[in-house]
Amino acid sequence: MIQETCQVTGTELVTEETFVVSFESKRIAETIQPGQFVNVRSWFGSDPLLRRPFSVYTVDRDRFVSILFNVVGKGTRILGGLRKGDLIDVIGPLGTPFNLNLNGMKTAVLVGGGLGVAPLPVLTSRLKEKNVRVHTYLGARSKSQLIPSFLENLSVATDDGSSGFHGTVVDLLERELPELDQTPVALFGCGPNPMLRGLSALASKKGIACQISLEGPMGCGFGICQGCPVRLSTGAEEYVLMCREGPVFDSTLIEV
Amino acid sequence: MSEQVKTAFELKGVSFKNRVFVASGTFGYGDECLDLIDPSTIGGIVTKSLSRKRREGNPPDRIVETAGGMLNSIGLANIGVEAFVREKLPRVKTLGTGVVANIAASSIDEYCEVLEMLEREEGVDAFEINVSCPNVREGGLSFGMSCPLTEELTRALRPRTRKPLIIKLTPNVSHISEFARAVEGAGADAVSVINTLIGLAIDVETRKPKLSTVTGGLSGPAIKPVALAKVYEVSRAVSIPVFGIGGISDARDAIEFLLAGASAVQIGTANFVDPSTATRVAAGIESYCSRHGIVDVSDLIGAMDASQRVSVVDTWL
Repeated sequence: MIQETCQVTGTELVTEETFVVSFESKRIAETIQPGQFVNVRSWFGSDPLLRRPFSVYTVDRDRFVSILFNVVGKGTRILGGLRKGDLIDVIGPLGTPFNLNLNGMKTAVLVGGGLGVAPLPVLTSRLKEKNVRVHTYLGARSKSQLIPSFLENLSVATDDGSSGFHGTVVDLLERELPELDQTPVALFGCGPNPMLRGLSALASKKGIACQISLEGPMGCGFGICQGCPVRLSTGAEEYVLMCREGPVFDSTLIEV
Repeated sequence: MSEQVKTAFELKGVSFKNRVFVASGTFGYGDECLDLIDPSTIGGIVTKSLSRKRREGNPPDRIVETAGGMLNSIGLANIGVEAFVREKLPRVKTLGTGVVANIAASSIDEYCEVLEMLEREEGVDAFEINVSCPNVREGGLSFGMSCPLTEELTRALRPRTRKPLIIKLTPNVSHISEFARAVEGAGADAVSVINTLIGLAIDVETRKPKLSTVTGGLSGPAIKPVALAKVYEVSRAVSIPVFGIGGISDARDAIEFLLAGASAVQIGTANFVDPSTATRVAAGIESYCSRHGIVDVSDLIGAMDASQRVSVVDTWL
């Protein structure tokens, strides 16, 4: 974990509402693992007060890192206004990454819903380095919200049917899974909680290993505020922290 | 220059490097941020509240950002006193900074038990008592909202420790200085002022409270003026030292607390945004003193000059 003030190297609008902000950080680019996140702030003063956490979306030439977000509140409004040369204070890499060392995994199925696509490009490139075949399923409300870059063997589902399968990405995956399931397969999901619940249910029905990356309110991002509990599926009232034990979890261990 | 400024702070014979601490619940057990800060630059770490048994804490959502601050309802999630002694203390006591164990409990007996367990431990320099915990005997009303109970608790703890005993007072009472006087009379060595203010935030679309527990504790820069007024009030009512807490983000904020009457300060919510805040505050107080020809930081305590108003005409814009 490091804290560094970084220079913004570019801001891009990749859909009508989704920004990609890139910044230069050699140390984060070199150490980030897929599924980990950064907690950032580009403003002074106390409103907004807290940093904003984002998955690392891309890593370029071991020097440049990008994050992906929609403008939904005070923090993202400021971040969306960043321009090349502006400064952004970054703490990272944070959190527990995806586990890529699964026994016998030959095929990885990546499932992203909406902005849950964010961790998938870095995950894709690391899986390919390990010679794992990658299939990607991407869901969005409609065609204009799809962010299909840097992904492998892409299948698409939209809620309104404007692109690809008309329905949820989990429904699409369930139809196609039998074909993929010829080799030992593992699921990697990131997206809204209802999607992750569906994916977890599908994984347990089929007996497939499934890791999911959660999103939720967070304070510090590294465990000192205790503000981001995730309930374990032990039946008892037991919590771990999304920022520290997560944001990636084995889907059987937690309640989404 | 800065070498000449005396920063050390002594409480009941225990010496701390300077007067800047990190507040309970905002710095874990001291070992989470070692990648980012060197704790030997600050006076001490006040641990997350420790209870007899591990506590899981409240369900989500536990925090929500509000204007200039945040509401929390963590629910005293902690690993329990035994795990702290076994897993955390051996490391924390080697960090070159003071260790103040904060204790939370649901009965006076439990407070005493946790304190006695820690009293034996080398490396615990002082105790801070979180009285803002629900009291089982009184149907969940917090100890800190009852002056007789807060006094009774202090009286019960006092003979059980030779270490400094600090009572952390809640501002959610009518007259906080009455509580301060009561714990001073019961043998407390210092008070911490203030704990969080009870607050509420509602999502208007769903009409639901934003925290799972409905209300929570407000902290951050938003509460600083309230905290300063409470420190001012308490420090004039008692002769024991006051730890000033509430919305400190930089050295100027901390100096305000010293001027209002605090003998030391604790940095809380700001640690979440920038874990090096306390380090910067400690250095900033020192350079302020150098710049103003102040040889001992203690010369700032209660040194607010209330005799005449300072015009803010040239800085308010």
